Amino acid sequence: MKKTAADVLPTEGGLGNEPLLAVDDLHVEFTTRQGVVKAVNGVSYDLRAGETLAVLGESGSGKSVTAQAIMGILDMPPARIPKGAIRFRGTDLLKLSEEARAQIRGQRVAMIFQDALSALNPVFTVGWQIGEMFRVHRGMSRKDAQKRAVELMDRVRIPAARQRVHDFPHQFSGGMRQRIMIAMSIALDPEVLIADEPTTALDVTVQAQIMELLAELQRESNMGLILITHDLGVVADVADKIAVMYGGRIVENAQVHDVYRAPAHPYSKGLLESIPRVDLKGHELYAIKGLPPNLLDMPPGCAFNPRCPYRQDNCVSSEPPLYEINSTRSSACHYWREVLDGSHG
Amino acid sequence: MGRYVIRRLLQAIPVALGATLLIFALVFALPGDPITALAGEKRMDPAVADALREQYHLNDPLLLQYWYYITGLLQGDLGTTFSRVPVSQLLVGKFQVTINLAFTALILEGVIGIGLGLWAALRKGKATDTAILAVTLLLISVPVLVTGFVLQLVLGVQLKKSLGIDFFPVAGAFEGWRSYLLPGFVLAGTSIAYLTRLTRTSLVETLRADYIRTATAKGLTRRRVIGRHALRNALIPLVTYLGADLGTLMGGAIITESIFNLNGIGQQLAQSVYLREGPVVVGIVTFLVMVYIVANLIVDLLYAVLDPRIRYE
Repeated sequence: MKKTAADVLPTEGGLGNEPLLAVDDLHVEFTTRQGVVKAVNGVSYDLRAGETLAVLGESGSGKSVTAQAIMGILDMPPARIPKGAIRFRGTDLLKLSEEARAQIRGQRVAMIFQDALSALNPVFTVGWQIGEMFRVHRGMSRKDAQKRAVELMDRVRIPAARQRVHDFPHQFSGGMRQRIMIAMSIALDPEVLIADEPTTALDVTVQAQIMELLAELQRESNMGLILITHDLGVVADVADKIAVMYGGRIVENAQVHDVYRAPAHPYSKGLLESIPRVDLKGHELYAIKGLPPNLLDMPPGCAFNPRCPYRQDNCVSSEPPLYEINSTRSSACHYWREVLDGSHG
Repeated sequence: MGRYVIRRLLQAIPVALGATLLIFALVFALPGDPITALAGEKRMDPAVADALREQYHLNDPLLLQYWYYITGLLQGDLGTTFSRVPVSQLLVGKFQVTINLAFTALILEGVIGIGLGLWAALRKGKATDTAILAVTLLLISVPVLVTGFVLQLVLGVQLKKSLGIDFFPVAGAFEGWRSYLLPGFVLAGTSIAYLTRLTRTSLVETLRADYIRTATAKGLTRRRVIGRHALRNALIPLVTYLGADLGTLMGGAIITESIFNLNGIGQQLAQSVYLREGPVVVGIVTFLVMVYIVANLIVDLLYAVLDPRIRYE
């Protein structure tokens, strides 16, 4: 008998010890004219309800591609997932039919994007775009959907929501647009929300407001939040744990305060040291030397070795596994002990 | 919005005046004497010729002649031809033929061009896409004279002879809308090709936009993502192109009207230029100028309807 979408859809199971969402040894590659680009090479992380995971890394580290693989919005081809699993409440999303995945996408796992101006459709009102979630997924009438859109706009604290629901995206400021985007993503109370650099396009005061809003919404609904960013400053206050990515791999997994106190990977250490600090005003700002790796031509061994101050011969000859430091912490560095000690000192 | 429309219509007045004056001057500058030509091979009595010249103000300077014409035009008088037929009476049926032809062409262009373009875009890089691009290249390369006669022969004559299907009339406008199918397609040929390519590019570009990724992430079906979110945006440049093309289709029908023997303004224009019938030529051109202006105004207004980012004050 053919299984219907409802048979295979994960429902309440998976809570308790099982994480809400678990990415396991995920590989993603893109076929291009220059060759195969290995964008994600064995990424694993997990997320529990009510938890915030920050995924940190520079452009090209694979953090956004991982998120898009979770959402199932990668263009395949050129993208391909040769290996790995993405378990949502215990069910591997990669094994589901497109039909079943569409039932999860946007409704139970939602996503917000970096630049809300280009991510919102310019020719429809914001009310229409938010309301579309209710009309399409809940079969609501135009009028009811509009009413729900106003409620959501109130909830993300857009002033005069009742009037502004008829406005178009270009009529809002950057911060307000990102609030619209958030309202749209939380419309159907998703269990997991992925925020891909939600504050990068905004100025600093607005960044703080958006982060606060996300944190508040999360507390209210107990959803799991994946916060993708390259900005360590954004992470500290809101995240519970952190996954640092480099060259398509996770190089350090840790509780957020552990990383800030003492990073266990030279790359995390470099990132932390390159944050401007008031007490070091007047000193030259630290920068990680060298360039991010070329994904078409990865360096042998550890991908970070050409830029690493701790480099030894075996960093070039063997790729470090993810060493388990303790139950909540791991680092993909042969010399994590030295890095950790150096950080303390 | 209302003020914008009024301003645009007011702007049309100097454009229409300038265009008519220019055409008037060009007809004026043509070599030869229309009155002598009126008599053909025979010699005309000089007194009669003088009287005719006087009647048609042919001895007056250009600007005075133009003044007479414009004041007449404002009173609804388009003038008379040298054979004493009122120009309005001469043109009224012919405008109808040309308008029918141009709109048939426009509809064919819109339906076939946008249809093929969307199909190609959704099959980007596949065999269908390549085949459609090859067809458009063929349409652009082959001149109207060839497509016109070939379609007449194949669909008009051979189809009737071999299969007994008599659906496409090859000449005249005696079969209602069917008379306009073949000439309409021939007239729209190159426009169909350009619109197909424009549609394909527009949709391919739109499908790369961030808001399309957002729509997918909302869990919408591919059909809805393309049909609602992408199409609304991809259509915007196409409407502009179609609107601007209406004027071209109206004015570019001279050859098509000749091939299919449609008695429209294209044929009349060619004949009147030959006979130096100033009022007829200017009347036709003024009409075409107005079509251009109104079509462009409608396009600009539609633009604001389709793209809310555009506002007119």
